[in-house]
Amino acid sequence: MLTTPKNAKRKRRPPARATPALPPEIAAWFSRRGWKPRAHQLALLEAARQRKSTLLIAPTGAGKTLAGFLPSLVAIGGEKRPRSGAGLFTLYISPLKALATDIERNLIEPIAEMGLKIRTETRTGDTSVARRQRQRVKPPQIMLTTPEQVALLLSHPDAPHLFADLDTIILDELHALAPSKRGDLLALDLARLRTIAPNMMTVGLSATVARPSELRGYLVPQTDPDTVTLLSDLVTVEGGAKPEISILEVEDEIPWSGHTARYAMQEVYDAIRAHKLTLVFVNARLQAEVAFQELWRINDDNLPIGLHHGSLEAPQRRKVEAAMAAGKLRAVVATSTLDLGIDWGDVDLVIHLGAPKGASRFLQRIGRSNHRMDEPSRGLLVPGNRFEVLECRAAQQAAEAGAQDAILSRSGTLDVLAQHILGMACQAPFDPDILFNEVRSALPYAGSTRHQFDRAVEFVSTGGYALKNYERFAKLKKEPDGKLRVANPRIAQQYRLNVGTIVDSPMLKVRLVSSRGGKSRARQGGRVLGEIDEYFAEQLPPRATFIFAGEVLRFEGMRETEVFVSRASAEDPMIPSYGGNKFPLSTHLAARVRAMLANPADWPGLPPAVGHWLTLQSERSVLPATDEVLVETFPRAGRHFLVTYPFEGRLAHQTLGMLLTRRLDRAGVHPLGFVANDYALALWTHGDFSALIADGRLSLSDLFDEDMLGDDLDAWLAESNLMKRTFRLAAVVAGLIERRHPGKVKSGRQVTMSTDLIYDVLRRHDPGHLLLEAAWADAATGLLDIRRLGDFLARIKNRIRHQSLSRVSPLSVPVLLEIGREVVAGHARDALLREAADVLIHEAMGDTENEHAEAGTHRT
Amino acid sequence: MSMLKPERIGLDDFADQPVSICGKAFLAHKSGALYWPSERALIVADLHLEKGSAFAAGGQMLPPYDTRETLAKLAAMIDRYNPEVVIALGDSLHDPDGAARMDPSDIESLHMLQEDRDWIWITGNHDPKIDRMLAGYVVPEIIVEGIALRHEPRPGAVTHEIAGHFHPAARLVMHGTSLRRPCFVGNGLRLVLPAFGAYTGGLNILDLAFEPLFGVDGLAVWMLGHEGLYPVAPRLLRDD
Repeated sequence: MLTTPKNAKRKRRPPARATPALPPEIAAWFSRRGWKPRAHQLALLEAARQRKSTLLIAPTGAGKTLAGFLPSLVAIGGEKRPRSGAGLFTLYISPLKALATDIERNLIEPIAEMGLKIRTETRTGDTSVARRQRQRVKPPQIMLTTPEQVALLLSHPDAPHLFADLDTIILDELHALAPSKRGDLLALDLARLRTIAPNMMTVGLSATVARPSELRGYLVPQTDPDTVTLLSDLVTVEGGAKPEISILEVEDEIPWSGHTARYAMQEVYDAIRAHKLTLVFVNARLQAEVAFQELWRINDDNLPIGLHHGSLEAPQRRKVEAAMAAGKLRAVVATSTLDLGIDWGDVDLVIHLGAPKGASRFLQRIGRSNHRMDEPSRGLLVPGNRFEVLECRAAQQAAEAGAQDAILSRSGTLDVLAQHILGMACQAPFDPDILFNEVRSALPYAGSTRHQFDRAVEFVSTGGYALKNYERFAKLKKEPDGKLRVANPRIAQQYRLNVGTIVDSPMLKVRLVSSRGGKSRARQGGRVLGEIDEYFAEQLPPRATFIFAGEVLRFEGMRETEVFVSRASAEDPMIPSYGGNKFPLSTHLAARVRAMLANPADWPGLPPAVGHWLTLQSERSVLPATDEVLVETFPRAGRHFLVTYPFEGRLAHQTLGMLLTRRLDRAGVHPLGFVANDYALALWTHGDFSALIADGRLSLSDLFDEDMLGDDLDAWLAESNLMKRTFRLAAVVAGLIERRHPGKVKSGRQVTMSTDLIYDVLRRHDPGHLLLEAAWADAATGLLDIRRLGDFLARIKNRIRHQSLSRVSPLSVPVLLEIGREVVAGHARDALLREAADVLIHEAMGDTENEHAEAGTHRT
Repeated sequence: MSMLKPERIGLDDFADQPVSICGKAFLAHKSGALYWPSERALIVADLHLEKGSAFAAGGQMLPPYDTRETLAKLAAMIDRYNPEVVIALGDSLHDPDGAARMDPSDIESLHMLQEDRDWIWITGNHDPKIDRMLAGYVVPEIIVEGIALRHEPRPGAVTHEIAGHFHPAARLVMHGTSLRRPCFVGNGLRLVLPAFGAYTGGLNILDLAFEPLFGVDGLAVWMLGHEGLYPVAPRLLRDD
């Protein structure tokens, strides 16, 4: 679509003149503090005066939040305007529930000090029912809330009255919110709010992004979606001092694989000791546990070091946040749960253990520390393995260049659209023609067709099946004037219980019990330490010791939605394998890493061990040019390996691995297994790859042909667990499966079972169904990263560099080391059953236990 | 991938497995059906026909294809064994009104399956009555060759019965992978069939509900796979 900045003629420079006169009480507040309003704060006031929606891009510490609120403070504190509704003036929407600290400092305090009489209140899922009900009748002037609450408020018939006076919507952390299903739903809700209050304007607050126009378009109605994308105004505040980013250098050998950076813990500890408050980021919860454990092992000074990740119970996390705010901590080991929402003002060092996987995330983290704009913030990267050294170097270069990862431009998903349609029907009967136009005014849905919209309406009403069996149960009924209304009030009640796009992955509570004594079934009681992924829990062998919530625990058993553990004191607790890094390597960093490999002139800056490794690789095999992909084949330990290095991230590599396995199978080369990491993919068989390729029986260009994304992908997806999981999310968001019935909450595990069955049946009988389409679209960008894989296959067409080797290449070592550590799920499920049956047969035949153990290791 | 080399046991050799109950020989099939060769009887449990439309009536529009899916599966079994009698062990319909909601084409498919053979509906807790238009005999239980065929197993050690009701499933954990599948579970004197219906979930056989039925010793479990039915040692199984 064309991008014509029609109503954004110029990139607005913050005006130097101190124009729009501030009301005396606000001007006085600034001068009492010894401050002057900043240029961008005045720019937003001016934009508000002209009723223009604006995106403000500014680093932390620039007074971004206050800038967003200032126009509202001026307006509410100024002349009284006649009210036509309930009097809600400003809606502040943030992706976080825990809005408290930042808002306290940037809004509540200033309002009090300015002596303004402005009622502000928060509204989240945690707000009491009584208060939430009162807020619908008698709202505050400024409401601070989340996207889900907005959707909920809009599903009530009184929404037009509640929002009639709405003047301003402030969208905080827009860069994090917009490119997600939550962002899709919010975009649709903004469109409805605009219908209710046509003069409403929006202010988006964002960190630096690669393509601001995606966010600018999000803020304004797309009145002509077929021809142009309309953009909001833009105010950019250049960052203060450049961040100082270094990569940790240690004496020790750098590990070949792994992400924990255990080898560097002493250096990390020393860095913590040399700073006031350090945040230590890791990419996965279990890495956080490992790092926390390791740091305390060497914490001779008893420095207060805390732990913060999404699996810990909320009260425990709040305690750490409070201690951090009160200056009682010297370091916090954290995952991305700490990214948003709390005040980082006193943080003077951000450490990243393992590579940051994306340039923007790391820059934003560093940028949030140190609230003084004129001093540089400091970041320290600690690579977990040799490839991560390259990746950290790439991140450092990206930071120096000020480069950002691009947010993939997205189109709104169909499951979210279905949820929204039902929500609107709950508010009031709707005319499909009018609602369709409103939906298209939201940027993510600007490109949707009437056909898609009608299918979504049909889905909401009767399930949208090719077999029209459910007309008599339809949830939407047509009124004489053609409007659609909900068939009965119970539908609205159910909708409100299930609103939102956040579907928790199945989580199990971790409950502390006394060590195994009686029967495991009789266990109950004991403290809940937190929650872990079902996926992880299922992998735990009995009596395994592992670390969680900063303690060494022994796995005692599992029952329904709980995992029972006891305290243990193992010297060397197991760190069971887990799903690797949550975030795949970004395309942007991957390109930089490839360029670095191809260019030996870059190597002298690398640690000697890494430089030596790359030199060896260029001697024994080859380093691929930037536009090539390297494929190596070699024998090792009675097997033949094929290793390739796409650098497209683990998810895309796993999908590629599944597809290559199918292809090789068909070609008569039966792969025994494969393993993937962020950089490479390795497959192995009994057959000699090198010979097969040499005599033309196996063609690499056929093997990597793009058409694998057609039938092969489709056939594999039929059996894929990941696809079933994706389908489940879409089914819940679209409302096919309810998370909650009145008086009953379905746990993730219960939901999983039924959606798998539905998926199978739907695929066979109604393959074009809207939900399958939605799940497919999600899979393309999400769990399976199909889009990225497609780009890769197109890029390497005719650019495959094959090396036939007599032994393992240096570059392949890291991925080969992951063999056995990773279990490939969704593959060969019957093989597992057969092996289990085999165990029984062996037992029946009187074979020894040893043989079974060996059988297990052979199946790789 | 498999430890069973194809030359030892062919793929299809796993589709059904011999099972002995009270000394009589049966074949348990990977679909969840049980065949009794000497009686030429095909036995299935818990079809739960029209479960999808039962949910739709309550506002959750599950895909309306479960009945035809289940009947198609049943047709394949009838094709395979050509039984003289089909015995459905109760909960054949998800609710007493289910038959009234069935699509005429599904009723027709059912009637075609019933041609040239006897059809016995054993009643269950979901379907205490069976609508006449579904044809067949309706009984609370029958005894064949000393073995009782009923919906809900009777508590107690020795009852010589074949039953359904519990939707047994087993969870296998090996090599860090977990697999949960419906299963047959028995001890030589009693067999509980997995649910045959398309939308039927499963209850883990390690659940307390199974305790009154089977002692700890001699428990036999066959898990349903895509390519075959697999006998699995109980010690490899886990709680949910």
